[in-house]
Amino acid sequence: MFTIAAYSLGGLGLIFALSLGIASRIFHMEIDPRIEEAMEALPGANCGACGFAGCKGYAEAVIKDPEVVPNLCAPGEEEIAKALAKISGKEAGAGDKKRAIICCAGGEDKVERTFTYEGILDCESAAILYGGNKACKYGCLGYGSCVKACLFEAIEMNDIGLPQVDKNKCVGCGKCLDVCPKGVVKLVPVTATVYVACNSMNKGAQVKKICAVGCIGCKLCVKACEKEAISFDNNLASINYQNCNDCRTCMEKCKSNSINVCM
Amino acid sequence: MGIELVLMFIGAVLVNNFVLVRFLGICPFLGVSKKVDTAIGMGMAVIFVVTMSSIVTWLVQKYILVPYNIGFLQTIVFILIIASLVQLVEIVMEKSAPALYEALGVFLPLIATNCAILGLAILNIQNSYNFIESIIFAIGGSIGFTLALVLMAGIRERLALASVPKPLQGASISLITAGLLSLAFMGFSGLVKM
Repeated sequence: MFTIAAYSLGGLGLIFALSLGIASRIFHMEIDPRIEEAMEALPGANCGACGFAGCKGYAEAVIKDPEVVPNLCAPGEEEIAKALAKISGKEAGAGDKKRAIICCAGGEDKVERTFTYEGILDCESAAILYGGNKACKYGCLGYGSCVKACLFEAIEMNDIGLPQVDKNKCVGCGKCLDVCPKGVVKLVPVTATVYVACNSMNKGAQVKKICAVGCIGCKLCVKACEKEAISFDNNLASINYQNCNDCRTCMEKCKSNSINVCM
Repeated sequence: MGIELVLMFIGAVLVNNFVLVRFLGICPFLGVSKKVDTAIGMGMAVIFVVTMSSIVTWLVQKYILVPYNIGFLQTIVFILIIASLVQLVEIVMEKSAPALYEALGVFLPLIATNCAILGLAILNIQNSYNFIESIIFAIGGSIGFTLALVLMAGIRERLALASVPKPLQGASISLITAGLLSLAFMGFSGLVKM
């Protein structure tokens, strides 16, 4: 009995060990040492600005995929782009850096609250209740989910209950975009100087009733723009920064002051 | 025969749900049920591994343990089988199905120590199921596990936004939820005569 037990258990163990050994030979995966090098070069913040699942995902992609450029790491800036370019043997390139802006100017002084919200103080929870308690259903709820989401402490709440992005600290990772239930936070190129500080897709008359600084869809900016850089979609102006030449005519023409200078 | 298998399947999914009625695999049930996505990932991995391991353990039981009269080694042999099987699946999958490997991620190695898998393999033998029956039972049981996991994850996603009284926050509210869920599943008893 004892010998049978020992033999059969040992035999089974041996079979499994052998098959595992053979399998690991057959299905051997080469791990590129450059991936580890790239991992070390990256900041390790796992912010996801590159569009991959953390720094490891980007390190793998930049080495393996010839189409992934080495300058996607937003917080790393040029230094890391150069390091990655060296490791992966690709060209660094300029890359288009972006930063976050808050496309809503309707603070506590301009837009009313329709009811008193007494729940968890973050925007996602507030938005579950009837889409939030702001009179404007597209506007910033002001409970600071983006402030909490920012890994770089680049967003702060200002006096009128709106978040404010510090452009020197913002690395354009887009974390705040994901948590905003209203889509008020948007990314613009760092070179952008004007932006539409409104997110409302309501019709003009409706906007006027609830917010003094909302885009009413008058299209004066579209007519004023020489470069045809402004377009209209769902009663809301949007600026195409590739065409914008920073003349700021749109800002002067805007009746509701919803086109603002980037702070 | 056919109708019996269907009844057995339903019995394994609902009436004798692995997590909520038999209380097996509680660790992943509480550990990986914070998000529906990960719960589904874990569930899929379990379905896969349970089905594979029940096939192998059944064959080993029938052709090695019983003929040589060494049934007392069942537990240790089954653990050996499950552990190596999970490892083997991981190696093969990394090479041949990298997308699936990425999707399952950390859940595959986690499964190696999941008692629901060992429990299912042993239940197959205890209930003296034949080969087909044990496969159906394995699939049913693991789908039941996935169902429980996804239900729990759905509730917990909601719960994360609710204001829970302070003494109940964290693990205690999860356990209370699990208890209530289990109570609900007890209602299925008598649906299928086992």
